[in-house]
Amino acid sequence: MRAFRYARATDPGAAAALVTSQPDAVYLGGGTNLVDLMKLGVLRPGLVVDVSRLPYDRIEHLPDGGVLIGGAARNRRVAHDEGIRRRYPALARALLSGASGQIRSQATVAGNLLQRTRCPYFQNTATPCNKRDPGSGCSAIPGAHRDLGVIGTSEHCVATHPSDLAVALAAYDAVVEVRRPDGAEVLVPIGDLHRLPGDTPWIETVLEPGDLVTGVQLPPPPDGAVATYRKVRDRWSFAFATVSVAAVLSTDQVRLALGGVAPKPWRLTATERMLAGTDPSDDDVRAATRAAFTDARPLPENAFKIELAADLVAAVLRDLRTAGAVR
Amino acid sequence: MTAGSGLSRLEGHDKVTGAARYAYEYPVEDVLYVWPVGATVASGTVTEVDSTAALADPEVVAVIDHTNAPRLLPAVTADELVLQSPTVAYRGQIVAAVVATTIEAAQEGAEQVLVRYVEHGHKVVLDPEDPDLEQPETTNAGFPGTSIKGDVDAALAAADVVVDTVYTTPAQHNNPMETVAIIARWDGERLLLHDSNQGPWAAATAFGMLWGIPPSQVDVVTEHVGGGFGSKVWPTAGAVVATVAARVTGRPCKLMLTRQQMYTMAPARTATRSRIRLGARSDGTLTAIDHDALQYSSVIHEFVEQTGSATRTMYASDNLRIRHRLARLNLPTPRVMRAPGKTPGMFALESAMDELAYALDLDPLALRLRNEPATEPASGLPFDGRHLVDCLQAGADKFGWASRDPTPGARRRGRWLFGTGLASAMYPVYQQGGKATARAEPDGTFDVWVAAVDIGTGSRTALWQAAVDALGVPPSQVSIHIGHSAYGQAALAGGSAGTASWGGAVRKACLELSRRVAEHGGAVPSDGLEVTADTAEDQLAPDRARHSYGAHFCAVRVDADTGQVRVDRLLGVFAHGHALNARTTHSQLLGGMVMGVSMALCEQTVVDPRLGLFVNHDLAQYHVATNADIRGLEAHSLERADDDVTLVGGKGIGELGIVGSAAAVANAVFHATGVRVRDLPITPERVRAR
Ligand SMILES: Cc1cc2nc3c(=O)[nH]c(=O)nc-3n(C[C@H](O)[C@H](O)[C@H](O)COP(=O)(O)OP(=O)(O)OC[C@H]3O[C@@H](n4cnc5c(N)ncnc54)[C@H](O)[C@@H]3O)c2cc1C
Repeated sequence: MRAFRYARATDPGAAAALVTSQPDAVYLGGGTNLVDLMKLGVLRPGLVVDVSRLPYDRIEHLPDGGVLIGGAARNRRVAHDEGIRRRYPALARALLSGASGQIRSQATVAGNLLQRTRCPYFQNTATPCNKRDPGSGCSAIPGAHRDLGVIGTSEHCVATHPSDLAVALAAYDAVVEVRRPDGAEVLVPIGDLHRLPGDTPWIETVLEPGDLVTGVQLPPPPDGAVATYRKVRDRWSFAFATVSVAAVLSTDQVRLALGGVAPKPWRLTATERMLAGTDPSDDDVRAATRAAFTDARPLPENAFKIELAADLVAAVLRDLRTAGAVR
Repeated sequence: MTAGSGLSRLEGHDKVTGAARYAYEYPVEDVLYVWPVGATVASGTVTEVDSTAALADPEVVAVIDHTNAPRLLPAVTADELVLQSPTVAYRGQIVAAVVATTIEAAQEGAEQVLVRYVEHGHKVVLDPEDPDLEQPETTNAGFPGTSIKGDVDAALAAADVVVDTVYTTPAQHNNPMETVAIIARWDGERLLLHDSNQGPWAAATAFGMLWGIPPSQVDVVTEHVGGGFGSKVWPTAGAVVATVAARVTGRPCKLMLTRQQMYTMAPARTATRSRIRLGARSDGTLTAIDHDALQYSSVIHEFVEQTGSATRTMYASDNLRIRHRLARLNLPTPRVMRAPGKTPGMFALESAMDELAYALDLDPLALRLRNEPATEPASGLPFDGRHLVDCLQAGADKFGWASRDPTPGARRRGRWLFGTGLASAMYPVYQQGGKATARAEPDGTFDVWVAAVDIGTGSRTALWQAAVDALGVPPSQVSIHIGHSAYGQAALAGGSAGTASWGGAVRKACLELSRRVAEHGGAVPSDGLEVTADTAEDQLAPDRARHSYGAHFCAVRVDADTGQVRVDRLLGVFAHGHALNARTTHSQLLGGMVMGVSMALCEQTVVDPRLGLFVNHDLAQYHVATNADIRGLEAHSLERADDDVTLVGGKGIGELGIVGSAAAVANAVFHATGVRVRDLPITPERVRAR
């Protein structure tokens, strides 16, 4: 492990100054992803700037029914917040379905959104990986890719973004608050935060060096909406999603976002349009979900994810309807 | 009387408070840290190890490779002969080691070492069409590679019903909480080790062989061990490299493998492929059993998993054929993992029995009862305590099996499909000779020494109870000392034989000591009384088939939307005779059952064929079952007097619980869904592949 310096930022300006002071400086949230990757030699920062104690840990419910969640708020606190549980159940469930109690207590909202892919080759410095080592090639495409992406991927990279939180935020149309090093505040819709790999898989987000994620804003959920998050995984706790879905359903609209299938939380806009205001059968939902995968690039071991997603979306919408909450 | 009681562990308080010291935690002055470098090709020759950059760090003391490592002598497997040649037999094989004054510098040094290779072609996939398959003479634990009784082919041709199916299990890795850990020191020609292993005497013997010194010159202290499951039975490549580093630097050296390193520098279980053919008459009488088992070893050492060995003994059939074939792959030599051979082999056999029951339209329990043998099918030996039927019947009662409707895929509530399945379990009785010493002091206290090890099973406590019982004195007067090779020749914690073997010697020494104390009229002379017992001559004659038995009954629910499986209930009934400690016995049985569910639903080491890589080498990716995966778990013991065959009574229990449990889960999944998953683990996509 390479020796590195650690600094604790006292205010966002100082944090940005520190992190832009040298090219190999990074922000540190709860460290549950960054520190692991440092131990593995995947990331070798020279300076780690701890932003977990900056005053961005609010959970503020707004009069309009929306909520502001600070980037330094710990996942556990957000998941157990009474207002979040009541008004944004898919968000609470997504968080609770992720990692373990210990990790959730440590992990921050910003860190969760910016955590790196779990692609095993990205995490193993002894193998080629275009994301870690540009131009070295993708080991996953000809190798073990069962857990990786089927859509939005490229011939250079099939990594998925592993966050459950991001998937729920996508379904709630959340916006990410970013503080630029010059102090400017920028709002980035969650769907625009992560970039698709194309031929530059090492560029993962639209953030620029020194950009600090200070929070997320959730607009009020649609009137009378019911919502949930369901996650298929290889065991019933403490596993990343094979496929997951966040669904928000109201009388006139349905919003669907998938996890486990793409390099970012994957909104099913085509499906949503086909289903909005209809009373679809399970088969209609499956067909509409499949339609969102026309541009998919499934690989031999993960092609099953598309049909699984179709079944999962059908099941979740069926459950939300029969829960009786949609009138 | 303490034996059999559910006494909690003697060292439990020390363990939960952190006071218990594990191998890596002994303070040693002037110690150096060792970080092994694994090969990044699956097959090839090292042409250069460039250590210039690593050695530029003043904290790095040495970089060792095959050109400057001292010579070792063959001991147990070729994998332990670290840094002896430039040949790379598998990815991750140790090709260099960095020794430094801090662990960080050692790790960083390892990243700076530049190894160049000439790559050769490699083969890492178990393939029944592999033209180079070998037919081994014998398997692990000394079973014949091939055994044939009667005419299987003719019997299959004449059978009313034939089941002919293939079952596969993936490579699986031992993941003890404490990884391989060692502190090594040389004192002249004496090797002093604090080492995490499954038998300090065996470790002393094997390290002695490697270094060409007698075991008496190797001092191994193994006070506490955080699990083994088979990975620490013999010195691992990882541990040996620390002794090499200590030799080269002349200073104490310590090493603890990372979780990732465990996947190639410590042993795993082979992948297996079992083709099972069962022939039966329409009344359910088996007429033929054929088990064709394929497994792999490395290209540098022959290890043959005894995959077909349980099939030798389970069910009556006049025609029985068991064959083992071996592929040689560019992977680390696989070794033992809890219930080697029995675990993958019984997944296959017990799944096939379920398939046969369906083919015959017979209850799976009835099918097993119908084929209960009078003598052991392969050997013809009479049984000592065959209690399979007792276990099956007791389990059926407790579980409520009788009311089961066998129709597959017929029970749905909401999103859930429900099903139940059963499977048999067996594990052989092993016991080995060894020594123990008991000593009486004039103040009325007693000390007992045996080179046993407690890898988390509770053996220390059980042995202490055995000593207290045999001495017949108040427990507070007896102290037990284990975990040191200096206490004399002793068995390994392996083959479920540890506690039985050590306990036999402890009991013998204590009984003899009591007799000697009685000879002195109960008054211990001022210089004390001491007895060393050896049970080498007291071993079981090979005239009986002696096994523990069990039966698993499993209820699962399967998510009809997604194919996810959850175990609602797993109930095991086991016949293992007298339990030295009821509580730790129960824990061992439960632990085995949980490991079987893990095997059924999650565990697999994914191999990348192109890179020759174990892909998912950490516990975030290599999944084992969590509490959420198993809602109900029960283990019951049937005590049967004729099971008390070892010197301390009883039979081994450490491995029994895992055997068959994966098949019970798979059989229940079939009953729930109508989908027969023959390839483990049972992932959602496999359940969905209808
Ligand atoms: C075993 C395991 C299982 C897991 N399972 C799941 C799961 O099922 N689902 C799931 O969603 N997650 C899972 N996780 C991931 C976990 O949620 C993330 O590790 C965690 O959310 C990251 O948060 P952190 O605060 O610790 O981030 P850190 O590790 O501190 O940082 C992550 C990244 O974000 C950057 N960063 C941190 N804060 C900021 C900021 N304010 N502005 C800009 N950049 C910032 C860091 O530089 C770094 O690149 C799992 C993790 C582990 C180890």
